[in-house]
Amino acid sequence: MSTAVDTSAAVPLPAEGDGTPLKKRLRRAERRRNLLFGALILPLALVVLVAFIWPIGSLLTIGVDNPEIHDNLPRTLAALEDWSGSAPPAEAAFRALADELAAAKGSPAIAAIAKRLNRENAGYRSLVMKTARKLPLDAAVPAREALIAIDAQWGELATWQAIHRAGGALTPFYLLAAIDRVIDADGNIVAAPEDERIYVDVLLRTFWMSLIVTVCCLTLGFPVAYLMASLSTRHSNMLMIFVLLPFWTSVLVRVAAWIVLLQNEGLVNRLLMWIGLTDSPIQLLFNRFGVYVAMVHILLPFMVLPLYSVMKGISPVYMRAALSLGCPPFRSFWKIYFPQTLPGIGAGGLLVFIMCMGYYITPALLGGPKEQMLSYFIAFYTNQTINWGMAAALSAVLLAATLLLYMVYARYLGPTRVKYMKAR
Amino acid sequence: MKHAASFLRAAVLVALGGAVGIASADITVISFGGASQKAQDKAYYAPFSKATGVKVVAGEYNGEQAKVKAMVEAGNVTWDVLEVESPELVRGCEEGLFEKIDFAQVGDKADFVPAAVNECGVGIFVWSTALAYNADRLKEAPTSWADFWNVDKFPGKRGLRKGAKYTLEFALLADGVPTSDVYKVLATPAGVDRAFAKLDKLKANIQWWEAGAQPPQLLASGDLVMSAAYNGRISAAQVEGKNLKVVWNGSIYDVDSWTIPKGSPNKADALKFIRFASQPENQAVFSGEIAYGPVNLKAVSAIDAKVAAGLPTSPENMQGAMATDTEFWVEHGENLEQRFNAWAAR
Repeated sequence: MSTAVDTSAAVPLPAEGDGTPLKKRLRRAERRRNLLFGALILPLALVVLVAFIWPIGSLLTIGVDNPEIHDNLPRTLAALEDWSGSAPPAEAAFRALADELAAAKGSPAIAAIAKRLNRENAGYRSLVMKTARKLPLDAAVPAREALIAIDAQWGELATWQAIHRAGGALTPFYLLAAIDRVIDADGNIVAAPEDERIYVDVLLRTFWMSLIVTVCCLTLGFPVAYLMASLSTRHSNMLMIFVLLPFWTSVLVRVAAWIVLLQNEGLVNRLLMWIGLTDSPIQLLFNRFGVYVAMVHILLPFMVLPLYSVMKGISPVYMRAALSLGCPPFRSFWKIYFPQTLPGIGAGGLLVFIMCMGYYITPALLGGPKEQMLSYFIAFYTNQTINWGMAAALSAVLLAATLLLYMVYARYLGPTRVKYMKAR
Repeated sequence: MKHAASFLRAAVLVALGGAVGIASADITVISFGGASQKAQDKAYYAPFSKATGVKVVAGEYNGEQAKVKAMVEAGNVTWDVLEVESPELVRGCEEGLFEKIDFAQVGDKADFVPAAVNECGVGIFVWSTALAYNADRLKEAPTSWADFWNVDKFPGKRGLRKGAKYTLEFALLADGVPTSDVYKVLATPAGVDRAFAKLDKLKANIQWWEAGAQPPQLLASGDLVMSAAYNGRISAAQVEGKNLKVVWNGSIYDVDSWTIPKGSPNKADALKFIRFASQPENQAVFSGEIAYGPVNLKAVSAIDAKVAAGLPTSPENMQGAMATDTEFWVEHGENLEQRFNAWAAR
């Protein structure tokens, strides 16, 4: 594009037939071509939008959504609007709450209110359920005394503060919890109590384990890819089948196979004891070691294939030239060959690393609690406790971490950067 | 003419038959799988199909309520009958995930253990989480959770279910809390700290499991010397010839229930199935297949004495055992599981 503009600026182009300047016609043709390309990728763009961006977007909104109290107790919240928070609320608030709880009684709404308040303080669930069972109140009696008679907790400021706190349509609660932060009684963001902190550690662990697996994959995959690239087609095809064969086997099957191999009475331990390296079985499963072994095994092809495709494109001429000019073999490999494989290392490394970040099944089956990565906790909140707000918040953290990583990659090792390094 | 009439009649019959075939559609029954599902197939699924002509499609899940919630909210319910644990039953019933069940259509309430009668559910069996050990590997038999914590006397790895539920109760029992006070203590912050402090002492020796099939396998392979386990799984392994034993002292029992996900297209057949499975004669067959106790009290007399002695419901086994507190876990479950996760990941 820029070269076209440059030449037209240097040499005035003659106008043809209809008198439109060539520059203009060129631009028009360019625009038509862009439209055509746009039309061609439109189906894909739509699929990405409908099946990817929109669901992820709506998932992320669950992480800040807070409808339980806001939608089900609107009148109570309205009555609490001007409440100071330091003295018991007015009779109107008690009356509104009693009416609204009575209206929600027996429907899923009461369960939603109870579950949400229980998250503020364990015990409020039964308070809400117990109160609802004894409602509705007689319109003649004062609601305040009646509620406190049902349970003294309605006379406590903390209970009303919890309702007030949980009443917003949106909440930072889950996102803060996903980075081990909570909002204290005064509304400040503070670190969570020590025995509840978990996710920052888990995120760091996720990064660390992904890094180790990526480095292992690179160390093991590089020589394989190099061998495949330098062998004759017949032999390299043979090797390719060996690389791809496990790739076609289900991940679950491969993980189960590792359990059989690594368990206390498994093949590896029996072999070690037979050759006398150890007297009693070594713990190889349910720890970091087992997880690393299986993950490297599963992700290795994702490293080998990009490396191979890049190495295949590197002409052997450069190496021969370097060697014939007297450069020692290792030095010529390091100075001439290795830099040309960087795009493959970057692509393979990124692929493996990002896949590791979201890994779930292998650590879940082969690891102990200390090996679980962030996706385990996302699954835990999605399936076990049905706390989808927390699951969405953790997903947001994982997504942000992955995007950040990609940006770093694009900045320092991305296609443009590598091209620049080559040019230099 | 006559031929034509009979042909027409035959055609109508075939068409009607087809319609009837569609009307009595299959029902999908979801359980936790494994040995328990096999026993259910023998006692309930196959006889029910035989008796009514309604085919039972058996499926399994791991107790994930998220699947039920997603199905009900999307209005696309493909499960008709579902086995649930008691906290999930209470929670799902309140949240409107399950159909309300008119107990009169199932049987007489007085015939059932109280925990089996619920607004949205009907009990299936009484099961127990107990201390199990490999008798081939331990010279001396452990008798309590205090022994489970005694690493000097019984060296080796112990298995516990990865989760706060039951694990915290066992920790308090090991710390000397009597069964009647466990939930009282656990309801206080100091009690929770006490349970985690006790777990800290054993942490290095614990291997966590998640699926009920794991403990018998890990005990038999020698990876574990003792484990908390579902008693039915242990008895299934005993039948296979493994020398595993159950310590009933300090075991915690609970009732699993049938429920119908809200909006099930085959609600009538589902209810018929639940009624069938609640009959004493069928419950007795089930308890004969796997060592889980019947919820229909009339089934007790129909069970072989030798089988009855191995059930969680037998009077000797009940001594020193405790019932799980469903309300407690509905209320504190989320907080305690969260704290447990944080503790275990450290």
